[in-house]
Amino acid sequence: MSEPLLKVRDLKIGATVYAPGEPPKDIEIVHGVSFDLERGKVLGLIGESGAGKSTIGLSSMAYGRGGVEITGGEVWINGRDILKSKLSDIRRLRGGEVTYVSQSAAASFNPAKTIMEQVIEAAVEQGKFSRREAETRARALFDKLGLPDPENIGARYPHQVSGGQLQRCMTALALCPEPDLVVFDEPTTALDVTTQIDVLMAIKEAIRDTGVAALYITHDLAVVAQVSDDIMVLRNGDKVEYGSVDQIINDPQEDYTKALVSVRSINHEEKAPTEEAVLSVRNVTARYKGTKFDVLHNVNVDLYPGQTLAVVGESGSGKSTLARVITGLLPPSEGEIFFAGRTLTEDFKTRSREDLRELQMIFQMADVAMNPRQTVGTIIGRPLEFYFGLRGAEKRKRIIELLDEIELGESFIDRFPAELSGGQKQRVCIARALAAKPKVIICDEVTSALDPLVADGILKLLLNLQKIEDVAYLFITHDLATVKAISDNIAVMYKGKVQRYGSKTQVLTPPFDDYTDLLLSSVPEMRLGWLEEVIANRKMESAGN
Amino acid sequence: MAPILKLVAQRVALSLLLLLMVSVLIFAGTMILPGDVAQSILGQSATPEALANLRADLGLNDPPVTRYFQWLWGALHGDLGTALTSGQDITTAIGSRLSNTMFLAFWAAAISVPLAIFLGLLAVRYQNRWPDKLISAFTLTSISIPEFLIGYVLMYLLAVKLRWFPSVAMINDSMSLGQKLNSIALPVTVLTLVVLAQMMRMTRAAILNVMQSAYIETAELKGLTMFKIIWRHAFPNSISPIVNVVMLNLAYLVVGVVVIEVVFVYPGMGQYLVDHVSKRDVPVVQACGLIFAAVYIGLNMVADIVSILANPRLRHPK
Repeated sequence: MSEPLLKVRDLKIGATVYAPGEPPKDIEIVHGVSFDLERGKVLGLIGESGAGKSTIGLSSMAYGRGGVEITGGEVWINGRDILKSKLSDIRRLRGGEVTYVSQSAAASFNPAKTIMEQVIEAAVEQGKFSRREAETRARALFDKLGLPDPENIGARYPHQVSGGQLQRCMTALALCPEPDLVVFDEPTTALDVTTQIDVLMAIKEAIRDTGVAALYITHDLAVVAQVSDDIMVLRNGDKVEYGSVDQIINDPQEDYTKALVSVRSINHEEKAPTEEAVLSVRNVTARYKGTKFDVLHNVNVDLYPGQTLAVVGESGSGKSTLARVITGLLPPSEGEIFFAGRTLTEDFKTRSREDLRELQMIFQMADVAMNPRQTVGTIIGRPLEFYFGLRGAEKRKRIIELLDEIELGESFIDRFPAELSGGQKQRVCIARALAAKPKVIICDEVTSALDPLVADGILKLLLNLQKIEDVAYLFITHDLATVKAISDNIAVMYKGKVQRYGSKTQVLTPPFDDYTDLLLSSVPEMRLGWLEEVIANRKMESAGN
Repeated sequence: MAPILKLVAQRVALSLLLLLMVSVLIFAGTMILPGDVAQSILGQSATPEALANLRADLGLNDPPVTRYFQWLWGALHGDLGTALTSGQDITTAIGSRLSNTMFLAFWAAAISVPLAIFLGLLAVRYQNRWPDKLISAFTLTSISIPEFLIGYVLMYLLAVKLRWFPSVAMINDSMSLGQKLNSIALPVTVLTLVVLAQMMRMTRAAILNVMQSAYIETAELKGLTMFKIIWRHAFPNSISPIVNVVMLNLAYLVVGVVVIEVVFVYPGMGQYLVDHVSKRDVPVVQACGLIFAAVYIGLNMVADIVSILANPRLRHPK
């Protein structure tokens, strides 16, 4: 067998951490990882945040982000150990032999330069192509990646194209210098599902047609299963399992891999709407101040006591705006909101304390929703004081009860948010909302920023709390797997309108309207060949029309 | 392009409005100064009749509003009035002074602005290493020492001891450009040292701020050298704050050089103004004030417009 393109041996990577109130200390974040990548093959690196997958990917360019440093091991590319190379040789490697596609193309393009300038820069700078050749190549790549108007799109600035298009431009940028290896770092994570599928297909075809090898980094096993030949599962900087896609998906050996493969297996029986709705949105139309178009058009939904209404849609569909209208942050231009048998005033400033107490909210970013200088006890205790006037021992007792309910326990009472993990922070936010004893909690993308297994835990907790406290959730999300896991009723939103609305079974059973069909079929499934199947189906449908 | 033109037009209109308001302030300010112009021209021994006649001649009996509009109307037509002390036409007198000041400011700017930006880029390139520290130490020292002291020290070393440059920066129209430049070499050097620090520090800070962006990492992963990254990818995105500080310093070079002009006996606006303030020559003070205000407002307007033009989102709307 010939020498592999990329050979990583016993790679160790360290970082300096600056914990609050402690002296900086050096820690190891990748503990001796080894793998090979043949020419033209795709290796998927998968793991949760902190698994070290991006760090390992970037080490193939001899690059450490921030305070990260490669402390040991070997990284061989094209037969030489790049960790022992001179800086000038590493510069020739970067952008020439190995290129990089980042998660957020929107941030990774320079706003002050045209797309074309940036796409061809590495190829020209590395002397691989002349400017003219590189531009011709870039246009061919724009075309191959399915970008509109490939002849002229290069003259645009990054802010003039959409997020999905920019992510394809970033792929063109990476492929333009004709590299041997491309590192894709979560290239579709920031995109909507319906956009993700097209970008994923474009990337897959580009890899196949150019014969480039790739490291594909993601936290989503279903996505990586569509594009990779091999998969390496990472956890806390260690290799957990390394094998072919087929073996990892269909015959995982390690418990952790099994958990990843079977994530989102919550079985939730939907409840029938029996009583009077606790929250009713009637004919609500709303627009933001100073704008000329409605972000919500005539929205009607009902939420029943102790049940969950999932509001699902892509970015810009108006689902978060609906939450703002219900909470009174954005007064609607038309329509009414009924809550527990009474009409809510439009503006939260004119609502009674009871109205405010019974309608609580949990946000996507638990990080910024808490005061970093308050302890968990203070954070949870605040609504107890404010709504119920609890003080001293009585308050402390109730805080501990709540901490037990969110499965953290008394020992967390004096901790600060910075000392908690992402999942623990979200649990504290849930306890804070529960402390008010609300009838309804609006959950705005509460699991979107979390790793799949952690998110799973949060969803289970929410379902459990619903049984105990009989609270209703208005659950806003873009993730259909989450919707399936917890909802009783579903409202699919598209461009400010409720596209489809009913019980979970009704909404998720065919016949579908076009948009719901597109949305449902775009959710990656954990099996090989899914991507090709969906694309083939869509081509057939559009050919049939 | 329509929205960007509108923004630029707004800036220009606002600047003109601001200048108009400043002209009111200048006029009102000189009005409430103690003392009577007629009295100061004719002296203590003037007869009441002579004073009354002169007041009528000068229009001092008209209401202030009328006199303001007469002054403004004149100023708009390039007529800044007549100096009380010398009877000279102010426009003519200021004309040569202003062009001298501009000449000095131009050469000081032509050297200090590129130098400051280059040193700023260099400081970023070698951030927290010795070149960065040396540049910071040097520029901070030069801004901390009073300018007259630098002026006299340079004069002593370069003019008196080494005899490279003249110690007195006299220029006139009969001199060639080379002679003029030789003559103003010392004041230009001092001014450069004074304005360097602020512009260099702002360049450094603005670029370092941008250096945290993800697109800088993209550039790094393209294998570009550090200096190309800074110049091509960071600098274009930090123009706006840099231009603002550059323009403030340019304004200083025009209106704030009184001390340097006195030290080097340079025939510029500053000296002219100081001379006439001490003589209570109100029309000259008003004229100088108006010109200085126009320079300040004009340069800040340019900074605003450059900031607008440097924003690709405004230059290339969706």
